[in-house]
Amino acid sequence: MSEFAFLYRGRNTNASPEQMQRTMEKWTAWFKDLGAKGHLKDIGHPLEPGGSVVKGERKTVNDGPFAEAKDVVGGFTLISARDLPQAVELSKGCPILEAGGSVEVRPIQKLNM
Amino acid sequence: MEAMDHLFRRESGRMVAVLTRIFGVQNLSLVEDVVQDAFCRALEVWAFRGVPENPSAWLMTTAKNRALDLLRRERTARTHEPEISRLLHSEWTLAPALAEMFSDSAIQDDELRMMFTCCHPRLPQEAQVMLVLHILCGFSIDEVAAAFVTSHTAVEKRIPRAKKILAGSKTMFDTQAPAELSARLPAVQRALYLLFNEGYHGASAECVVRFELCQEAMRLIAMLLQHALGATPASYALASLMCLNRARLPARMDSSGKLNSLFDQDRSLWDKKLVEEGLNLLELSATGSEITEYHIEAAIAAEHAVAPNMEETDWGKIVSLYDSLMNICPSPIIALNRAIAIGQREGAERGREALREIARSDRLAKYPFYHAAFGESELQTGHRERASKHFSKALQLSRNPIERQFFERRLRACR
Repeated sequence: MSEFAFLYRGRNTNASPEQMQRTMEKWTAWFKDLGAKGHLKDIGHPLEPGGSVVKGERKTVNDGPFAEAKDVVGGFTLISARDLPQAVELSKGCPILEAGGSVEVRPIQKLNM
Repeated sequence: MEAMDHLFRRESGRMVAVLTRIFGVQNLSLVEDVVQDAFCRALEVWAFRGVPENPSAWLMTTAKNRALDLLRRERTARTHEPEISRLLHSEWTLAPALAEMFSDSAIQDDELRMMFTCCHPRLPQEAQVMLVLHILCGFSIDEVAAAFVTSHTAVEKRIPRAKKILAGSKTMFDTQAPAELSARLPAVQRALYLLFNEGYHGASAECVVRFELCQEAMRLIAMLLQHALGATPASYALASLMCLNRARLPARMDSSGKLNSLFDQDRSLWDKKLVEEGLNLLELSATGSEITEYHIEAAIAAEHAVAPNMEETDWGKIVSLYDSLMNICPSPIIALNRAIAIGQREGAERGREALREIARSDRLAKYPFYHAAFGESELQTGHRERASKHFSKALQLSRNPIERQFFERRLRACR
């Protein structure tokens, strides 16, 4: 088994209360399903939309948000999967895709090759 | 954990109501941003951490904290109630004042205040109903459009225009002022009546949507009944009417969206508890001297609700109730229902005559059930060909797949 990070991008601020509730319920169901199948290494964390960016040798500090709403990372999860294709397949169930967002699937580098 | 059924929608109305009291109606869009932000946070945090023990308290606290942030940053409470402004201006009283305003009983007052605020006299009736649905029931523009079978663009224009009128009024409605409350109460009752009817008779093809609209209207009328000045005989009568009709809804429309007329409803599907509640409310409405159209409509619904079948229904009483209704608020639709009742009491021929006698029947020309009433009447006297012509006309005019299927079935019955 290999490990992957799922980075969730995009925040749909235009959805109706009913849609948001449904989306939330879909997330819960999706995580539950991943867990039941043994793919959920660490559910991870949701991230606040704001924050700071520290940049360069001069360590300049800028306030977030850092990008357009659709590019902001809203959270991350650690996933166990056989290989990248399987991890990608798993990511396709993520409810953020239905709300116009995206999932970035990144293999985690290991010490022992 | 409390039921999650439509939690976000419901909490949306509550949050908007209390935040509007704090920030003022002129800042409705700021209020909506705060509410939206609370939902975004809930979505993100709950997805990862699970739904909290008390989700509605979680949302309220999130909205309260955001309001606290904004008030501290701006240093100007924007409400137009001087007493509240004073409390929100001082750091000493700010947090306790907010805590007080976010208490359940205070929020319920705010919802009622919002209900009356939405029924602003400068707004057309339909706009009032849309606002109630949008602001208090948390329906998005798209969802309001779907409920009213109107285009998205039409609703998208109407709701902001209506909000602008509210914002111009500067203050929320004062529900503690008896004279003003009594003056606006009929408009509020009317809006809730229309909201319910949109669910019960409306054109939406979505069975779920219809149930939801009825449910929301019943939630709001219950709130009105809890207010000393709102619990008038007319409000009780309206609540009774809603209960009695809602009780029949599962038989009127099944989950596959099949519409059944009163004639062929499975009465065992009627909700007995709701019937009982409706009859109790009808009794409570029988005080004072005023008889409103809600009283009479509820009395008609009660006659149907207690009748074991069509044959044993007291059609004589129903016809006389329709007569009284025609005296209070004559309309072609009421005349149509009256004619149908006459047909039941005195036979199809007399019913047809009554149908032909309807004044201003041109206003029913596009109403499919007007033509269907002629069809039923002809069918009863064995005039299949004439009946099928009427049903074809009704079919042509049907407004959604449910009605279409219904009239197709009636057409088949003519063969």
